[in-house]
Amino acid sequence: MTEYALEINGLKKVYDNDVEALKGIDLKITKGDFFALLGPNGAGKSSTIGIISSITNKTDGIIKIFGIDIDQDFPKAKSFLGVVAQEINFSQFEKVEDIVITQAGFYGIPKDIAKKRCKNLLKKLSLWDKRHDQARNLSGGQKRRVMIAKALVHEPKLLILDEPTAGVDIELRREMWDFLSDINKKGTTIILTTHYLEEAEQHCNNIAIIDEGSIVEDTSMKELLSRLSIQSFVLDLENEIQELPDLPIFDLKSQDSKTLTATLTKDDDLNSLFDKLSEHGIKVKSMRNEQNRLEELFIRLVKEKDGN
Amino acid sequence: MGTKELIWSIITLSEKELRRFMRIWVQTLVPPAVTTSLYFVIFGSLIGPRIGAMDGFDYIQFMIPGLIMLAVITAAYSNVVSSFYGVKFQRAIEELLISPMPNWAILFGYVVGGVARGVMIGVIVFLVSLVFYPNFEIENYGLTILVLFLTSIMFSLMGFINAVYADSFDDIAVIPTFVLTPLIYLGGVFYSINILPDIWRNISLANPMLYVVNTFREGMLGSSDVSIPLALGMMVGFIILFAVICLYLLNKGIGIRQ
Ligand SMILES: Nc1ncnc2c1ncn2[C@@H]1O[C@H](COP(=O)(O)OP(=O)(O)O)[C@@H](O)[C@H]1O
Ligand SMILES: [Mg+2]
Repeated sequence: MTEYALEINGLKKVYDNDVEALKGIDLKITKGDFFALLGPNGAGKSSTIGIISSITNKTDGIIKIFGIDIDQDFPKAKSFLGVVAQEINFSQFEKVEDIVITQAGFYGIPKDIAKKRCKNLLKKLSLWDKRHDQARNLSGGQKRRVMIAKALVHEPKLLILDEPTAGVDIELRREMWDFLSDINKKGTTIILTTHYLEEAEQHCNNIAIIDEGSIVEDTSMKELLSRLSIQSFVLDLENEIQELPDLPIFDLKSQDSKTLTATLTKDDDLNSLFDKLSEHGIKVKSMRNEQNRLEELFIRLVKEKDGN
Repeated sequence: MGTKELIWSIITLSEKELRRFMRIWVQTLVPPAVTTSLYFVIFGSLIGPRIGAMDGFDYIQFMIPGLIMLAVITAAYSNVVSSFYGVKFQRAIEELLISPMPNWAILFGYVVGGVARGVMIGVIVFLVSLVFYPNFEIENYGLTILVLFLTSIMFSLMGFINAVYADSFDDIAVIPTFVLTPLIYLGGVFYSINILPDIWRNISLANPMLYVVNTFREGMLGSSDVSIPLALGMMVGFIILFAVICLYLLNKGIGIRQ
């Protein structure tokens, strides 16, 4: 048995309109991982997921799900896989419960078992009250959760989610992350794409960044974050200041008379920043990160690549 | 998938298809009953007596098999074309593509849906016709039922091909409106081709609908303008041909996968 839940080798996709969406991607995702695939719009995330889930034809490359090549035994590979697509993909006129039970049926799961699992999932996803509603009457966040229930009803070992938290409000987003962390702990490998980098930073173990159809980074979240050499902070000051203290190493900038930004390299520490500010008679009331660090890194990586 | 799972997946898809047209029964089951009643009132009761006998039958009696076929063909075809196009349009096709169901099982499920609606409509229209012509007796039950099923299967498959190529709701209306309906109307629903001048009679013989309608009329009335073995053979041949085309399209992913 392989140690990988998903292996992608040399995956290429050219669409009919000659758009080269994937330029030969390699990825390996270990069993039990909680993996984030990040990338700007149009990078090729959905194309990759579409190919894995056989909604899109690949141009070239090899995909293995738990060691099973999808070109060799697609039905078996499919039975391990659950996918939450980016776009809603159920019939809007069906009832929530019917959607989930029907999806189970397509995997050959008999109705009595499907009903039990459906009940379980709908309860966990706070959809049980909506089970008799037509799907079109649900809110965006509820539809997204129906998609998750549908993807899990055959108990896949690998769950792939394409921007699952897009358009879902903050509270529900937290619930969704908790839900995903929970099933990940119980052994389901999870791969997801998201725009909320902060959340990926909190929950995911490993990360790959894709840009213009190529993987530009593939590493652990820890490793990636530790590589960050710069952090910026926003400092809210106790008193107004008239002029900027001369502290070139921290690259101080004033946003207004009571707000400063300071940038620290990995050799600097916050104590010395505060010491220096005190020397200039400046008192800091509160402080926050200027920007999500991952976001900063992301922008930098993509820029670096463009510079080459 | 094991055999059990496979069977269960086909049952699931078939059930979904039935649920779809039953949910919208006002659009799917009622209209044929209404239009057929109108045909019976106008052509059967009002104009029919002036037409007199057709091939030795009362005109209204002659019309019954033709009208049933008209409704069955339209129902089977439009069930599959709207359902499968709808699934493509709403992306719900992905639910099937992502599952381990083989393509033939997917096709099978849709054909079951089309046949179920076709047969149901056949029965409804027959019941309506009994209101207008209570003494109707079916001549050959076996042949009648056989043709009912073969016709439903054949036109379900045609509807499927149409849906695969369809890119808009217009595309699913074009074939029924401009091809199917004219061919059925000219295919002996309302008249025996024996009343036509030779040239039109010969042209009519090239219309495949003529064979469908007449085989069914043979089953119900024991009267036909065409050879029954030839017509049945043709229907089976078309079914095989269309099924092969459908499977080819599904395997290639034409109109379904990018
Ligand atoms: N069906 C399609 N036909 C043609 N081009 C497409 C299609 N789907 C996506 N693309 C193109 O492929 C590229 C990658 O898109 P996508 O995989 O959706 O990116 P992402 O999900 O990362 O935003 C984009 O340039 C997009 O325009
Ligand atoms: Mg996308």
